[in-house]
Amino acid sequence: MTGYLFIVIGAVLVNNVVFGRVLGLCPFMGVSKKLETAIGMSAATTFVLTVASGSAYLIDHYLLLPNGLEYLRTLSFIIVIAGLVQLTEMIVQKTSPLLHQVLGIYLPLITTNCAVLGVPLLNVAFKYNLLESLLFGFGSAVGFSLALVLFGSLRERLDGADIPLPFRGTAIAMITAGLMSIAFMGFAGLDKYN
Amino acid sequence: MFTALLVMAGIAVVLGAMLGYASIRFKVKGDPLVDKIDAILPQTQCGQCGFPGCKPYAQAIARGEVEINQCPPGGEEGIRKLADLLGKEFKPLSAEHGVEKPKQVAVIDEDVCIGCTLCTQACPVDAIVGAAKQMHTIVAPLCTGCELCLPPCPVDCIAMVAVPETVETWKWRYPVIRLKEQAA
Amino acid sequence: MIATLFAFKGGVKPSAHKEASTLAPILRAPLPPRLVVPLRQSAGGAPLPLVVAGQKLSKGERIGAPEGNFSSAIHAPTSGRVLAVEDRLLPHPSGLSALCVVIEPDGEERWIDRNPVNYAAATPDALRDYLRDAGIVGLGGATFPSHIKLKPGASGRIETLIINGAECEPWITCDDMLMRERATEVVRGIDILRHIVSAERVLVGIEDNKPQAVAAMRAATAQSPGVSVVPVPTRYPAGGEKQLIRVLTGIEIPYGRFGSDFGVQCFNVATAGSVHRAINLGEPLISRIVTLTGNVERPGNYEVLIGTPIADLLPLAAPKADTDRYLMGGPMMGFTLPGTDLPVTKASNCIIAASKALFPPLGTELPCIRCGACTRACPVELQPHELYWFSRAKNFGKAQEYGIFDCIECGCCAYVCPSNIRLVDYYRFAKSSMRTLEREKATANAARERFEFRTLRDEREKAEKTARLAAKTAAGRQAIAGAAKPSAAQATTTAPAQSSAEKPLAPLDEQKKALIAAAIARAQAQRAGVQPKNTENLTPEKQAEIREIEARRDKVRELAKTPPAEPV
Repeated sequence: MTGYLFIVIGAVLVNNVVFGRVLGLCPFMGVSKKLETAIGMSAATTFVLTVASGSAYLIDHYLLLPNGLEYLRTLSFIIVIAGLVQLTEMIVQKTSPLLHQVLGIYLPLITTNCAVLGVPLLNVAFKYNLLESLLFGFGSAVGFSLALVLFGSLRERLDGADIPLPFRGTAIAMITAGLMSIAFMGFAGLDKYN
Repeated sequence: MFTALLVMAGIAVVLGAMLGYASIRFKVKGDPLVDKIDAILPQTQCGQCGFPGCKPYAQAIARGEVEINQCPPGGEEGIRKLADLLGKEFKPLSAEHGVEKPKQVAVIDEDVCIGCTLCTQACPVDAIVGAAKQMHTIVAPLCTGCELCLPPCPVDCIAMVAVPETVETWKWRYPVIRLKEQAA
Repeated sequence: MIATLFAFKGGVKPSAHKEASTLAPILRAPLPPRLVVPLRQSAGGAPLPLVVAGQKLSKGERIGAPEGNFSSAIHAPTSGRVLAVEDRLLPHPSGLSALCVVIEPDGEERWIDRNPVNYAAATPDALRDYLRDAGIVGLGGATFPSHIKLKPGASGRIETLIINGAECEPWITCDDMLMRERATEVVRGIDILRHIVSAERVLVGIEDNKPQAVAAMRAATAQSPGVSVVPVPTRYPAGGEKQLIRVLTGIEIPYGRFGSDFGVQCFNVATAGSVHRAINLGEPLISRIVTLTGNVERPGNYEVLIGTPIADLLPLAAPKADTDRYLMGGPMMGFTLPGTDLPVTKASNCIIAASKALFPPLGTELPCIRCGACTRACPVELQPHELYWFSRAKNFGKAQEYGIFDCIECGCCAYVCPSNIRLVDYYRFAKSSMRTLEREKATANAARERFEFRTLRDEREKAEKTARLAAKTAAGRQAIAGAAKPSAAQATTTAPAQSSAEKPLAPLDEQKKALIAAAIARAQAQRAGVQPKNTENLTPEKQAEIREIEARRDKVRELAKTPPAEPV
């Protein structure tokens, strides 16, 4: 039981996908200008990541490994992720056309999000079983959402602040992201197993 | 080799079926985005953007066919709000579509008006009251300042006057004085 | 007697500067040579003028009728003659003008017929209407029409009436002097207010730096059951409505709600005094007590007629030579007057002569260091620094989320800011911008509705027109086809059957020809049918005339037949 808890906490805080493993930076920088879009994006990515983790494990365990087709891992994972992202896009367009319009190109770009491919591959590397894969995927997604929401709120504040001209826009965002990474390093001692 | 192909094909078929079902289940009708864009546009119905009214312009923006900087009555504020809503970059008002003017209303010079009803038919918001051979007058609170009544008038009796500031409509000024222009 | 007092968070304690203007009793200001009475002196709709230039007036005569219910009447402060009804400068931070009635007093102070009202016998609705027509508005500075506040709120009834004698702002002493000298008037007004709303108890809140006022009010209310005079701790802004309600009753009014939703209503002591005058003496609101203080030789309080030019008041207090500007209101919430040729209105509670020595200019505005002093000082428990950032960035949505419309603009935040940021200016800017945006949105929606209805109407008319024309053509064709049947060949027998569906060319040509022939026949018949009426019983002269005209016509017809000669 505690093992599962450590997996989740490790994925959310200790080795945060964005701040610890430095994956998934594209939507992190691109979508976090407003809090609403950041929340929408993180919800979409959570869904894709969790389901992708589970289905990637199933494909790997029942289709690829028994047939000795490990070399097809990356290819099949990408195909599954692409299909899931397409499904997510249809759901988002139905439920919130405004979010769909605002997220724009970033929604299909979840397909190429290195975190979304990286987490299933990590699952294979860590030799997790199905439940552990799902928890790790969900935990990573929660960590990604946390990073996105925190960063989105900060960027909204930065929007109205009096920033010196050379730092405006992306520059101050990069500096903030770096400072947040340093802050998240403080979680390193949280659990001794990860 | 064969198993590899079979496995990949199998995955593709399953995903394809799922997506096919989803595309029917999650079919989207209509476009509420147009209403959101239309709510930002000032409803002057003047046609300066190149479209016959604000709704067609909103529809074109929603389809992504036009830029968001073609509305002079909306001004810079309107472009910023559209940029915010759609996540696009702010662009200054397109000069070929007009310039931003302070709020104006049309006024008919009653000494000259001949009661031809041409302006009454031109007004997109029915702000002109009058009948054939009767005096025409513009209902100032309803006038949007679109200037569509000026060209049809055969005796050129309509003028645009700026709306004066009253104690009720006066605004406190922005407390920041810019010493020099900086990038927005 | 209530035992417990509550506290409101925040607030500041600036030095009061109240002693100098309370040494002398209230004096009556002399009649000025001109009175300029603005028509709009309260929140709500602007009253409509009832008088014209040249009209003679009595003191207390109505010169402005309330426009709707959310408005208050205006009365002539003295008897005289109307010089003009025109735009004059208002004592307003904008420096704009509005419609005013300019009166030339005749010095007689001739009253209208003053009819006191027996309020015990009248209904609350009738009393409210009477107060509206007597021009009673809140005299604490906001000039909200009092008759609106006397209606029960969402809770159904007003159980506690609070009378606001706190006067928390520094320098102002008009309410203090009113309570000291005219406590009976105030108490009689309280009785009337209490009767209208049927309140169970009345609490009179007075700051404890006014011991004489507390004693005077206690003496005056000794015989009134259910009325308690409660001294409250001196802290600015204890006189704010929500703050006073909190201190006296412990009720915290949430953002966006009113005291009347919780069974509490608050009135200023001067308002109560004017209610007494209106109902018990039949005198409408035409004067108020104004404190003249600051950089002056003779600070004091004066009973001033509404419409008195401030320039005529200032000599009474004798401003010192180094006075550089005048403030209307107090130093925390007041504004700099754009001039002195402005009239005293119902909102003018105090005029402060300011100088560089007395009110040193605020330093340069430095960047916000997020120290949080403003948040600690805010009496409404808002976050002024957040509101500052959002107002500055023009992010009005977020400003509204953070409660900017609950800001009472008391100035506590700006008072404590170490960076000298003029915080209240930012909030005022944001609030007025938001109100303008709301107004523009409403007009845009109305314009859109009218446009959509007009498009609908155009299409409807077009559709009706096409339908009408189609019906007429079909009916015409039916008639023609029916008349042409015996004379036509088989082609036309197929025509009626085909006329409603397709239209082959040959029968259509024939149809058209038949239609035209029918039209010509109709016109000829019409011409023939019109008989000249006066061809019988012609006199010989007339017959000769006719013969002449006919001869002329024949000649012209001949000429028309021959081709014209070629020009040479």
